[in-house]
Amino acid sequence: MSESACKRRIRVCLDRKTFCLAGSGLLLMLLPPLASLAGEPYLVSLFTRILIYALAAASLDLILGYGGMVSLGHAAFFGIGAYAVGILAHHDFDESALMTWPLVVAGSDSALVAWPAAMLIAALLAGIIGSLSLRTSGMYFIMITLAFAQMLFYFFVSLEGYGGDDGLSLFARNTLPGVDLADDVQFYYVCLVLLFGFLFLAGRLVESRFGMVIRGCRESEKRMQSLGFPTYRYKLLCFMLAGAAAGLAGALVANQIEYVSPGLMHWTRSGIILVMVLLGGSGTLYGPVLGAAAFLLLEEVLSIYTEHWMVYFGPLLILVVLFARHGLFGVLVGKEKRHG
Amino acid sequence: MLLVIEQLLNGLQLGVTLFLMSAGLTLVFGIMQVINLAHGSFYMIGAYVAATVTARTGSFLLGLAAALPAAALVGMLVEVLVLRRLYKKEHVDQVLATFGLIMFFNELTRIIWGRQPLFMDVPSWLSGTVEFIPGIPYPSYRIAMIGVGLLVALFLYLMFSRTRIGMQIRAGASNREMAGALGINIRLLYTLVFGLGTLLAGLAGVMAGPILAVEAGMGESILILTFVVIVIGGIGSVRGAFIGALLVGMVDTLGRAFLPDLFRMFLPTAHADGVAASVASMSIYILMALILICRPKGLFPAHV
Repeated sequence: MSESACKRRIRVCLDRKTFCLAGSGLLLMLLPPLASLAGEPYLVSLFTRILIYALAAASLDLILGYGGMVSLGHAAFFGIGAYAVGILAHHDFDESALMTWPLVVAGSDSALVAWPAAMLIAALLAGIIGSLSLRTSGMYFIMITLAFAQMLFYFFVSLEGYGGDDGLSLFARNTLPGVDLADDVQFYYVCLVLLFGFLFLAGRLVESRFGMVIRGCRESEKRMQSLGFPTYRYKLLCFMLAGAAAGLAGALVANQIEYVSPGLMHWTRSGIILVMVLLGGSGTLYGPVLGAAAFLLLEEVLSIYTEHWMVYFGPLLILVVLFARHGLFGVLVGKEKRHG
Repeated sequence: MLLVIEQLLNGLQLGVTLFLMSAGLTLVFGIMQVINLAHGSFYMIGAYVAATVTARTGSFLLGLAAALPAAALVGMLVEVLVLRRLYKKEHVDQVLATFGLIMFFNELTRIIWGRQPLFMDVPSWLSGTVEFIPGIPYPSYRIAMIGVGLLVALFLYLMFSRTRIGMQIRAGASNREMAGALGINIRLLYTLVFGLGTLLAGLAGVMAGPILAVEAGMGESILILTFVVIVIGGIGSVRGAFIGALLVGMVDTLGRAFLPDLFRMFLPTAHADGVAASVASMSIYILMALILICRPKGLFPAHV
């Protein structure tokens, strides 16, 4: 192929990708007015759910698609973020202290306190789980992340002080200065800004030196070690960053449904987040967003026709694995410019 | 003291159930290098078939006789149709596809048997208690479960160490290509091993049927415990699965039974029960973490 043809080809592919991204970005930005025009305000809350799960799935993609760490326990961070918001709000409503020793911590219903707290707690938890599970790899890693997430699930089930099995209801959504989170449309835009923010930052991160090391570990960890990189530390930090982002998604979901329960961190939820990543295309950051949208919309549509939608969805997943290796994003964008 | 012995027996009973599940799964993981999340589905299939046939015919043995081949046949069918195509794929793909299998089987059982759990009775000839340690009447059914589990362990040990097929399985595990070159039909062998694994899972399901409710999704709670067992024992090691299963069974049962008393010694009662319940539910995972810190590849790492 001549040089100019090559260039033209690259431009065409770039255009196709830019077109897809700009189109879907524009659609997401215009969704609330479109929904009210169409007389379907319900769409706003459905798409808020999509944005939140997209954030969770994109954070999993950071460790799975770029770092090659197949975690089947991502819902643990999602759930702990939700519980951080729920527990803080619970104590704020009770006007009781969350803890009195070694420092006094009161509850809070401010998003500026609760959301960073959710991210911090999730990052810490990811630090603990990651430091243990990153000692292994492959199948062990999958099973261990799964087991630790289930441990947290059972912990919250037996935590009677915060509702146990039944979970906690929030009295109201968090407060954010200048924004009314109780309004569905404003809450939608907050989620959208956070998702775009995460995608931007994560996009920069994977192109940075840090991101190169992480991607190198996916190809060959031994080689990265021989080059002198302390891969364990790099991977652990990446794991914690992804955990923090999933914690933020959890904080958002707690606000959206105004309810938290152990079900948020059940292992099937980890499985669903993983399905979203792979359905959309792993290692692309935008793919998981597409995957989340596809999964939730498909669930919505299929459950109109049958309550047993999973009996069709299960085999569909197997077909995706066997025949559509690069996910929906790969199909949309074409072969050349799949990554990024 | 009597209570301790009784709880030890309960732990042993949970342990052998876990062993039946993990023996097959650890072979699938170790030999075929494929991560199979759907193993719990065969446990569920075993329990459902046994519950249905037992209810129709009134005979537990007929239920058992129907459930074991059903689990094995469905397992081999799944291996031929789906799993076989996943051997060369990445672990992520295997997770995704077998997750799809779980969704399919759970929903299918809901379609066939409805959402209401089924209940199975303990067969009348096993419904009594025996007092084989003086002073401790223990349900005969649970004794029978322990007996069956130990017999299966013995059978597997003899099969692997003394028979031709056991030797072939070990050969296939250590080097697939070489074993194939020496004339072993690897494809058939894998299908048989998978069928054996699902048969054992079905057996565990049948035995658990009269103790637990038979419902869709019942396989998943035991699947996670099975994973913990395999991680502790080491992937691919049946001996590791045996030791790991007994450890997990004991720690879980004894933790739930005795931690509340232990915590009451130094905490106010109301508080102690809550803390004890939390710690007891996490105990096996803490055990797993501790073992991982010392031996990241499990207690008995297989050579694969």
